[in-house]
Amino acid sequence: MTLSNAQKQWHPIAASTDLVYRHVFHAQLFGRELAVWRADDGHVNAWENRCLHRGVRLSIGVNDGRELVCQYHGWRYANRTAGCTYIPAHPADAPARTICNNQYPVKEIDGLIWSCKADDPPEFSTPAFRPGVQLVLRALPINAPADIVALQLLSYLPLATTEEQTSSIKTVQHGAYTLCSEVTTDDTTYQLNFFLQPTDSNRTVVRSVLSGLTNNTANNEINLLKTHSQALGLVRESAEQQMQQIDTPAAWEVLIKPVSETLSRMPVGSVKSQSLTRVQVADIQDTATDIKSITLTPLEGQLPTFHSGAHIDVHLPNGMIKQYSLTNGPGQTDRYIIGVKKEPTSEGSSSFIHQSLRTGDVLAISTPRNNFPLRRDAVSTLLIAGGIGITPLLSMAQALNHSSLPFTLHYFIQGESHRAFNDLLRTFKPSLTVHTALDPQQTRSTLQDILKNYQSAHHVYVCGPGPMLDATREIAQQNNWPDEAIHFEYFKNSQQQDNSVPFTVSLARSGLTLQVPSGQSLLEVLRENNIDLPSSCEQGACGTCKVAVTDGTPLHQDVYLNQAEQLRGDCMMTCVSRAKTASLTLDI
Amino acid sequence: MSATSGNYCNDPVILNHWHAIAAIEDTGATLCQTRLLGELLTYHIEAESAIVVRTSALQHQLPVTCAYGYIWTCLGQPTAPLFALPEYLEPDRTNVCAASVGVRVSAPRAVENFLDMGHFPYVHTGILGEQPHTEVREYDVEITEDTNEVMATRCRFYQPQAAAGAEGGMLVEYVYRVPHPYCSVLYKSCPDDESRMDVIALFVQPMDEINIRAHALVSVIDKTSAPLAIKMFQQTIFGQDKPILENQIPKRLPLDPRAETPIRADKSAIVYRRWLSKQGISYGVIPAAA
Repeated sequence: MTLSNAQKQWHPIAASTDLVYRHVFHAQLFGRELAVWRADDGHVNAWENRCLHRGVRLSIGVNDGRELVCQYHGWRYANRTAGCTYIPAHPADAPARTICNNQYPVKEIDGLIWSCKADDPPEFSTPAFRPGVQLVLRALPINAPADIVALQLLSYLPLATTEEQTSSIKTVQHGAYTLCSEVTTDDTTYQLNFFLQPTDSNRTVVRSVLSGLTNNTANNEINLLKTHSQALGLVRESAEQQMQQIDTPAAWEVLIKPVSETLSRMPVGSVKSQSLTRVQVADIQDTATDIKSITLTPLEGQLPTFHSGAHIDVHLPNGMIKQYSLTNGPGQTDRYIIGVKKEPTSEGSSSFIHQSLRTGDVLAISTPRNNFPLRRDAVSTLLIAGGIGITPLLSMAQALNHSSLPFTLHYFIQGESHRAFNDLLRTFKPSLTVHTALDPQQTRSTLQDILKNYQSAHHVYVCGPGPMLDATREIAQQNNWPDEAIHFEYFKNSQQQDNSVPFTVSLARSGLTLQVPSGQSLLEVLRENNIDLPSSCEQGACGTCKVAVTDGTPLHQDVYLNQAEQLRGDCMMTCVSRAKTASLTLDI
Repeated sequence: MSATSGNYCNDPVILNHWHAIAAIEDTGATLCQTRLLGELLTYHIEAESAIVVRTSALQHQLPVTCAYGYIWTCLGQPTAPLFALPEYLEPDRTNVCAASVGVRVSAPRAVENFLDMGHFPYVHTGILGEQPHTEVREYDVEITEDTNEVMATRCRFYQPQAAAGAEGGMLVEYVYRVPHPYCSVLYKSCPDDESRMDVIALFVQPMDEINIRAHALVSVIDKTSAPLAIKMFQQTIFGQDKPILENQIPKRLPLDPRAETPIRADKSAIVYRRWLSKQGISYGVIPAAA
């Protein structure tokens, strides 16, 4: 078999027992190093053994059960998606979504971990083991090419021990890298499969599986292990002796895939992407009065990487698009879980979800966007949720909790029956305080208590109904919390909007000058002129359509920017904000 | 390409540079052997207290400069004097040859690590940085017009205990210079004298493309720390960096911008890589495809 053909096949890279709890196993296939690790949810990841940032081996990193953390700069990569979820040097930014490790296909079958170099691996054909008890032997590395090892294995002969006499062995080679022996002893017949793992041009690991053992022979395990260990030792000796007669082949050259052009020069920041993923509704649960938790799983492939605080646009079958925060914890990458509250005044999206959405339905969702990213460099983090505003904070609390970072979560609800995601909340004790059925005045005085002692490097994140957010921001400011330590996310913009005054925009990079008439938004005008800006909520709440302003004074009508940012006037939300001056210059 | 074999250098820029090979204070009459750019060398102090460096193979005598506590030599034609480090001569400084540590990595990877603040909380935990204070604040990098050095200024990083007597953490200010492809000098706010800076210099001896000795000079205005304490501190830091550097793949520094993923915090590394490219350096790096 040629090397390029062999590289398209599945090969074993580790034994299941090598993937010890929260360990990262260093494997190798065709000269390429792999970092293989099992997350706490059981998923096995096989990644290029190299952090994309500075090339440090990920096998010396930390498997925290949900994410793999690079030892050099603490970059975190998510279980399953291999996407980077956090860059500690820039704690206020969500990493670019496309920072993603090279991953390889992986399967765990019958005590072995298998991988394949090809992007498009062939169907995995399960080795035909003999029915009965199975035993995976210790892997044996041999300094010889796989074809020489295979040749030696054809004359494999397990030595007889006093307890057990080998009477016959019949070995057949099934391909360049697999052999199968039938071993008949005095009292039983069992099968021995050899899988050759070509780690490099002159190094092969022999992985052997015994199958069809009777319970009786299984009891005799120690003798079986001894017998085959000795016999394999002889195979190694002969193969390595044979190599002394011939020239050592040159090591296989491993090409490291370059990162994308944009990534090589782009500083960290959110990637603007409009692409949609199709997902299936896997589960719908009533988690509290008028609140459903919806679990979405991918129809094919993987869900994109998310970061704590992210939201997705959900495209409903009735044509509506609505934003929902992900409640997922770090590394929980096989599904998205959102919470949906039935709003009496809702224009139809939440009532559609509550009344018509069924398990099995297919929806389109946007890639996650994060305009409410969680910093993990706070000395202490204060999370304040009102009602359904708990959803992004659930994701944050899980991330903080899992990394043992200090936080407190204050959850304001109307009554006990409104307490959503209670199983998850229980895991946050004793960091959780639930405030039930407070009137606005009581809420204010509680917030006053919570926010009274600002200390340096403390951060507060708040999500909930508009009046509560306004109160929290106001009280935090009164208590000397600096603007950059107050992070908030509104569900909607309930401010009075004025779109009556027309203005002119100049687009510095496109060289266009456009008129925004009364009654039309800047975003709409840009779209009409084929300038495709990402947007999400389109009511000045989410921050997705932010653009930089280089000249003129914007009239801010959003609830995304804080006061200092609004005063600076160097950016604006194109969906709702307009101009105070007759014209604006935008950096697009 | 084995790690111990020759790997001779045919990079004229690197051949014509001065390279540190040993601390003067560690050198005596006994003949010592070391390796530079794949070449075996011997060095010792001869009768009239002259330091002599020769190639082992042909016994060619090589040019020698004694500077900053170290012996420097050159395998080509030295085109310029060694870079200036005026602080070394200030009379009230304690100058310590603090470490000479072998590391299996290329010289430019070691320099880049020296310029990097982002790893402090993870690699030098509790000493130069500490979680959760991980942010690398905006700083400035330029190539100086007169001396053609990489210079990073306004660098600030949270250090858990900035000085022996300091209570709690504080932001420490750093200035980095790269005056030589394989050397870097760091200036750090001095706890004893606000108007001056402590100096820590890294002189990398390229034994071959992927094996180095990292020599450190510490020059401080510190009335309290004994030289031994300074050495212990520096060797602890180098000892923490060593396993990280030895696990970098590839060992030679890739100059193609698409080989790795830079972030804003890596501005100085980006400028350093471009500066190496511009000089046409090929030893210890993987040059960017033309």
